[in-house]
Amino acid sequence: MDKLTAWERLSIIRNPKRPNAYDYISSVFEHYYEMCGDRLYGDDRAITGGIATFQKLPVTVLATVKGKNLEQNKEVNFSMAHPEGYRKALRLAKQAEKFGRPVICLIDTPGAYCGVQAEQRGQGEAIAKNLKEFMRLQTPIISIITGEGGSGGALGLGVCDELAMLENAVYSVISPRGAANILWRDPQKEKDAANTMKITSNDLLKLKIADKIIPEPAGGAHNDVKMVCENIVEYLFEALKKNCKKSLENLLKSRYNKFRKVGMFNE
Amino acid sequence: MMKDLFKVVRSRIGIDIQNPRKNKLNVPPGLLFKCPRCQSAIFKEEFELAGRICTKCGYHSRLTALQRLEITADKGSFIEYDQGLSSVNPINFPGYEEKVNSLIQKTGLKEAIITGECKIRGERCVIGIMDSHFMMASMGSVVGEKIARAFERAIDKKLPVVLFTASGGARMQEGIVSLMQMAKTSGAVALHSEAGLFYCTVLTDPTTGGVTASFASLGDIILAEPKVLVGFAGRRVIEGTIRQRLPDEFQSSEFLQAHGFVDMIVERKRMRHVLYRLLRFHKKEAVPDWIN
Repeated sequence: MDKLTAWERLSIIRNPKRPNAYDYISSVFEHYYEMCGDRLYGDDRAITGGIATFQKLPVTVLATVKGKNLEQNKEVNFSMAHPEGYRKALRLAKQAEKFGRPVICLIDTPGAYCGVQAEQRGQGEAIAKNLKEFMRLQTPIISIITGEGGSGGALGLGVCDELAMLENAVYSVISPRGAANILWRDPQKEKDAANTMKITSNDLLKLKIADKIIPEPAGGAHNDVKMVCENIVEYLFEALKKNCKKSLENLLKSRYNKFRKVGMFNE
Repeated sequence: MMKDLFKVVRSRIGIDIQNPRKNKLNVPPGLLFKCPRCQSAIFKEEFELAGRICTKCGYHSRLTALQRLEITADKGSFIEYDQGLSSVNPINFPGYEEKVNSLIQKTGLKEAIITGECKIRGERCVIGIMDSHFMMASMGSVVGEKIARAFERAIDKKLPVVLFTASGGARMQEGIVSLMQMAKTSGAVALHSEAGLFYCTVLTDPTTGGVTASFASLGDIILAEPKVLVGFAGRRVIEGTIRQRLPDEFQSSEFLQAHGFVDMIVERKRMRHVLYRLLRFHKKEAVPDWIN
């Protein structure tokens, strides 16, 4: 699978057959109880959140949701969250902190929604607050990018102690289409942008942004969902064991350092 | 002559075709239940058999506190708190004592809430159940005090709290004293929360006014029964103020969930199981060995 280009991986993760958050949640966790609403404005279906148990350990799950057909995608707005989605995630993360539950984030979104109402309700503020609050959240956070890690919309659930990526997942500052548009004023050059921007799981591992790659079957996760879920369970088991053992002080210090050390420059 | 004949028949069957609004169905009282949500009339027997749920639209109707306790708590597990508290007349409101006394006679309750400790499928918790049959479960000193004490006991005993809310709001007959119960109960919730303990509210029909604007909206998790009325200001007050007709689903549990204020809508027959599961999630001892 090493030889696949970023563009080829993009077509795998955009395949409508690719498992979505609910597929992973229902087999990785037990007793998922979905909780709705940000207590401020609305309930954003693009992000699901709730409580479940993982191998009998109570955890809080937050995930962006992709639809499997047009009807579902209309409901979840093609997995592009509004501010109320990020605020729901924060509310549930704070609840997890209160009760000492680890937080598990599953990320697959092209990005936060761009629109008039999203701006009116403070899309930027909502994401910013999540970055700040997640950085200091007094409980372990493990994030997994399962498909598209689109920009700030992904980072809104992506401040964590450990970041894993499914083998074909990508994580980028902007969608390749957006990059092509900004850099070359030609959205048709999406493919070139994808292949030059270093967005694959291997790239991210080399850049030390991702900590772990979770293997997928040949051709992509949809070919053997059970296997991918087993691999996720395997990964979470180790990651939780490791991070739940840390003292709170160590946990927050290493979380800060994880992001603090990113940056390349001459001096 | 033909006309006369029809006139006679019409008057016999008692239907006035010229004035259809005058016609009232001649049904024995107590035979039908009229659903306040969907307006359909269903047989009371059918309605009771369904657990006081409208079989047409799923509206979950009001229960007495004792009925609620019976379908929620494990048999014989309930220990009541503060049974002896009863109302006085703080602002000498005319006729208040008489009203309270007649309700005590009529409902067999001392006040609009019962509080205590119980088990739900073996999980211990402090429980409070409001009863709309007592002065629309409005919150006066006794309701406020019982709730505050329930939270304080829960802190001492490190127990979670489950509250079934139903209320018309603050109790007008106790004036400003009843308004302060909102702050008092919310304060008790804050201390309980600071102690790291779990609080779950279940919004039942109707939860409004000062109760919505205090402890009912402060649960770590907020559940609601389907189609019940939840809101701050009453529908008629809002319609009168903004001079617009409000949509039918306005202030229903579903409306509230869509607007971000309710975590889950739970049917009555699933409620016990859901509460059990939520209590389990928040139990410290629930942490498995492999994590240590």
